[in-house]
This record gives sequence, C-alpha cells and structure tokens, in this order.
Amino acid sequence: MSDPATRSRRSFSVPRALGFAALVVLGATFTAPFLWQVLISLSSLTDVDLLTRTGFPPVLKPENYPQVFRKVEFARYFFNSFFVAGWVTLLQVITSAMAAYAFSRIRWPMRDRVFLLYLATLMIPGVVLMVPNFAIVLGLGMFNTYWGLIVPAAFSAYGTFLLRQFMLTIPTSLDEAAAIDGAGHWRVFTQVVLPLARPGLIVLAIFTFLGNYNSFFWPLILTKDDNLRVLPIGLLAFDSTYGRETPLIMAGSLMAMVPPVLVFVVLQKYLVKGIQLGAVKG
Amino acid sequence: MAQLTLKDVRKVYDSKVEAVRSFNLTIADGEFVVFVGPSGCGKSTTLRMIAGLEDITSGTVSIDGRVVNDAHPKDRDIAMVFQNYALYPHMTVYKNMAFGLMLRKLPREQIRERVERTAILLGIDKLLDRRPKALSGGQRQRVALGRAIVREPKVFLFDEPLSNLDAKLRVQTRTEIKNLHQRLRTTTVYVTHDQEEAMTLGDRIVVMSDGRIQQVDTPLRIYRAPVNRFVAAFLGAPPMNFLNGTLNSREGGIWFDFADTLPLRMLDRHADALRPHLGRPLVLGFRPSATSESPTGKFAGQGNAMRLEAAVVEPMGEVMDVSCRTPKGQPVVVRIASRDDLKAPGPIELHLDMDHVHIFEPGEFGRNLVV
Ligand SMILES: Nc1ncnc2c1ncn2[C@@H]1O[C@H](COP(=O)(O)OP(=O)(O)OP(=O)(O)O)[C@@H](O)[C@H]1O
Ligand SMILES: [Mg+2]
Repeated sequence: MSDPATRSRRSFSVPRALGFAALVVLGATFTAPFLWQVLISLSSLTDVDLLTRTGFPPVLKPENYPQVFRKVEFARYFFNSFFVAGWVTLLQVITSAMAAYAFSRIRWPMRDRVFLLYLATLMIPGVVLMVPNFAIVLGLGMFNTYWGLIVPAAFSAYGTFLLRQFMLTIPTSLDEAAAIDGAGHWRVFTQVVLPLARPGLIVLAIFTFLGNYNSFFWPLILTKDDNLRVLPIGLLAFDSTYGRETPLIMAGSLMAMVPPVLVFVVLQKYLVKGIQLGAVKG
Repeated sequence: MAQLTLKDVRKVYDSKVEAVRSFNLTIADGEFVVFVGPSGCGKSTTLRMIAGLEDITSGTVSIDGRVVNDAHPKDRDIAMVFQNYALYPHMTVYKNMAFGLMLRKLPREQIRERVERTAILLGIDKLLDRRPKALSGGQRQRVALGRAIVREPKVFLFDEPLSNLDAKLRVQTRTEIKNLHQRLRTTTVYVTHDQEEAMTLGDRIVVMSDGRIQQVDTPLRIYRAPVNRFVAAFLGAPPMNFLNGTLNSREGGIWFDFADTLPLRMLDRHADALRPHLGRPLVLGFRPSATSESPTGKFAGQGNAMRLEAAVVEPMGEVMDVSCRTPKGQPVVVRIASRDDLKAPGPIELHLDMDHVHIFEPGEFGRNLVV
C-alpha cells in the first residue's frame, strides 16, 4: 500500500478533481442542516423567521443554552437518557453475545430452527409489540420505572443475529484448542470468543446505544413522572407546554447529540483495532 | 505417558455418513503411530474422537485403561496440534503457550519456567512477546508445537501439522518432530495423507481407507509386504506397478503370463499359496526399484526378464526413473542405475527381483497372495 503522503502528491487529474468536487458537495449537504441548527440555537425566538432571509441572526443569544437547563429538568433528562441507553447497551451486548455463542458454538437439538424462529420475530413490526409489551411490563410492576425502560430492550434478536454471524467467522478450531487446553464453555466464551468478537460487539454497542438514546415512543407511554423522562421527550416540552420555542429545541438537541458523537468517536478507535486483529492465519 | 486403546470405534455423522467403521488399535506407551490414507478416509475423525472433540457413535476409547468416551477434552490430558495451528490471535506467543497451564492453575513461576524452557527447545524464545499475526508460517507451526509440548500431556495428537509449510520447511520440521519424540517419548498419534511423512515418522503406520484400517505395521514391513493392492499402491513413490495376467503351472513351476510381455516365473516358496489361483485373472505388482538392467545379484535367475519400450527418462543422480510401456501400452515405471546411453524412446530389457514381486487378487482392495 502506498502511504497517504505520496498519494496526495500525485499529479492533478480531471477525474480526481471531479471526485473531490463531488465529495465537497456531499459534505456540504450533510453539514448544512447542522450549521442551520447552530444558527437557530443562537438566535432569539423572534429572529428565527428572519434567518431564512438574512442567513445570520442579528443578535447572538448564547444564553439559550443555559436557558434550556433552567426551563426544564434538562440535566435530569440527560442523565436518564444516558443511564437507560447505557444499561440497555451493556445488557443487550451481554445477552446477545451469550445467545450468539449458544447459537453458533454449542451443539443442541433443533438449534438452527430455534434460531430461525427467534430471527423471525424481527419481522413483527415494533408497533405491534407495543401493546403486549406494555401489558407485560405493567403486569411486572415496571410501569413508570427505570426497569420498564431498560429490561424490555435488554434482549435483541437483531443483536443475537449480528453477533452469531460474526462468531461464525471465528474458526472453531480455536475453541477446540482451548477446550483441549482445559477451558470449559465459560472460558472459551470469555477468553477466546469474546475478545475475537470485539469488532462485532462494538458495532452492536454503537447501534444499540444510538438507537436507544433516540427512543421516543416507548419511554413516552411508559413513564409519567417528569424525573423519569428521557431527552427526546424532555425536548418536547418546548413544543407544547411552553409554546414552540425553536431556538431552545435546537440548543437542546445540539447538546443531546454530544454523547452519541462521543460514543462513536471513542469506540470506533477500538473498532479499527479489532478489525486488524486477524484470524488464524495471516 | 500412556497407552491408548481404541476398541470397535465407529463414527456416524448425522446418522448418514459412516466416517469410521469398527476401528481397533492399541498404541503402546511412548509409541509414535501415524494414520495415513487418502482424503476423507476418516483420519481426522478418529483423531478427534481420541481428543474428545467428536462424539463416539459406538465402541470405546481408553487412555491408560480408563474409558474416556464421555470425558471432556480437558480431562483427557492430551494436546493437539491443528492443521491451521489454531493459535489464539489475540494472545502473545507467551500467553498462547501459557494458557493451558494457567487454566490448570499452575503457579506463575512454574509456568514462566516451563514456557521459557520449551521456547528455547523450539528456538522461539525471541518471539514470546509477539502476536501470531507477526510470525511466519514456520514460526507459527513451532508455537503450535510449543503449546502442545509445554503442557507435558499423556498423548500428543497431530492433524496434518506440516501441510501448510513449504516443502523444505516440511522436511526440516519433520525431522524436528521425530527428534522431539525421541527425546520426550510421549505417546503420539500423527495424521497425514503424505505417505513419505508416514514412512519417515512412524514407529507404526496405520493405513486407512474409507473409514477402515487396511493395515497396521512398521513402515518397512508395510512397504515390503502390503496386505492388499490398496496399501501397495498408497505407499511408495513412484507408486508400485500393476500388470494384469494369469498364473499357470508348467515346467515344474508357476508362471505369471501377461498378454503382451514375457512370462515371469514365481518363486517356489510361494507355489503353495498361489496354486489355488491358477487360471484366474490376477494382478502382478512390483515397485519401480525392484528392477535392474543387469541380471546380477538378486536380479539374477531365469524367468524374471521383462522387455519394454522406454518412453521418458528422468535422471535423479545415482538412479533414474524410466517411464516405459508394454507392447500393448500398459505403463510401467522403473528406477534403475543411471547411465547416459539409454535411448528413449527405445527398447529396454529389465530383470525383476522376484523376492519383491507381489500377486494380488483383482480389484482395488485385492488381497496380496504372497505375504
Ligand atoms: N462434521 C461432519 N459432518 C458430516 N460429515 C463429516 C463431518 N466431518 C467429516 N465428515 C465426513 O467424514 C468422512 C471422514 O472425514 P475426515 O475429516 O475424518 O477425513 P480425513 O481422513 O481427515 O480427510 P483429509 O485428509 O481430507 O483431512 C468424510 O467423508 C467427511 O465428508
Ligand atoms: Mg483431516
């Protein structure tokens, strides 16, 4: 492979320039909404309509940001979202990994059929499950609790599928070598399969965290206390209870974006490392 | 150190494929036994049943008299070297070798001492901090070997450990494995489909075909006295020549008549074994090296000549391989003393060492009538 330095010194060519131009356009398309959001979050409510014409707020209002914290329990929502998404991610990665191990590594009767059955549950739309899930959670006394937000999301057919496929690519001769070395299933799982499945675990963790951090409908129907609200619902407050306060919504959602971005930035480093680990033979 | 016994061992996959059929074998303490046979004959399956990686359909496997059919691999005190080495990619060489000892809860100091000693023995002591990815094929192979040795198990199992190495390294490592075994004297089962590896390594060779043992014996005895045509054809390179014909009794002896070349006179000591088969279609077999152009020494005598047409000559130094044909075009390869003036194509007259001529019943597994 040629290193980036020598590559960038390569001479100018039309296709390359066109490629760059396309990338610039694409990049701009993706960043424009964010810039727009930043601008709105910094303007006063009355100036928002003006923005479409001037493109820049006449007066900057950075105090919108502290405002968000004062008007609603924003810190609390922040914590709730982070807390719930964090636990869901942790639990879902663990349960999916264990299920994936059972579906890919342990031989038991009807295994693959059971797996297909489990996978088939993915075809049922989430909305259909909402009511029965709600009934179950209610029956378990988890209504309006963190438990109710976390437990139902701690298991995932999708996560199991993802990790099973990943584990199938890890050569079974590694488990066999470990078994001969003296490892039982638990050690094979924790010391051989899990470390090698790390890229898969991280991908699942990112997906799960982002998905759950953004979840709206389930927390909406399951919680009634303000101190159990999560960010997406909390931000809703600026839309109804206090009239539509667009700059505050924008400021709030910008701040809400920080944790997922951080999660992604931190975890993707491991992701790349994990992929480089390689398998049995180079 | 241990004795390993397989009694009536069978393996049926998915209640369809009978991979191993009634396998009976006792491997003595410290013995080096090689399973050899063509692809799919059940070598790996048998080895994996010994290791406990595969369920045994019926029969028993015992180590030191203890039946281990239901024992987990970790409770059998065996070590295995896999064809793809199966090194743990996320662990250093040190950790790869130490893993089994750690799981057996040896004291840290003792583990270090044993890993280092083994690493020095195999010349991989400089590599202990590397990951498998940063090793060459030969080095990985050594680490895999080290991981097995360091455990000091009762039995070593090898499944084609050399097949991923290049030819030169393969020969070199083969010698090393033999050396190692002579030093450690650990009971060893070694699987290969390479007949040369089998010949050079084994105290005894088990020739398998289609899930069945064809013959078990020392390399030389199997080479000299194969019990059937399959074994005869499988071991030895270039492979044994086979020519069809019939036995007939005349001039006070038994002669093997071919359709298109000179008849050969069988040794008198085989007469009794051969007489019941007079007149039936049979197959005569002889190895390329059981021939000579000069009728002296063991090639002397009457009724041992063969006139062929030499087609291609391949000089190899002291000897040369000559691909010949009978008048009707049946191929025969002979290995004879090298000479410059042999013309190919051209006629060639050979004399056979009748002591090393075999008569087989027809068919791929035709019985050898003269052993
Ligand atoms: N897991 C399995 N399920 C079904 N059949 C199998 C399985 N493993 C092996 N077999 C079959 O059992 C037979 C013996 O296989 P085995 O792997 O023991 O052969 P082998 O002698 O080791 O061959 P090779 O030299 O190619 O490794 C083959 O016909 C193979 O197709
Ligand atoms: Mg095999």
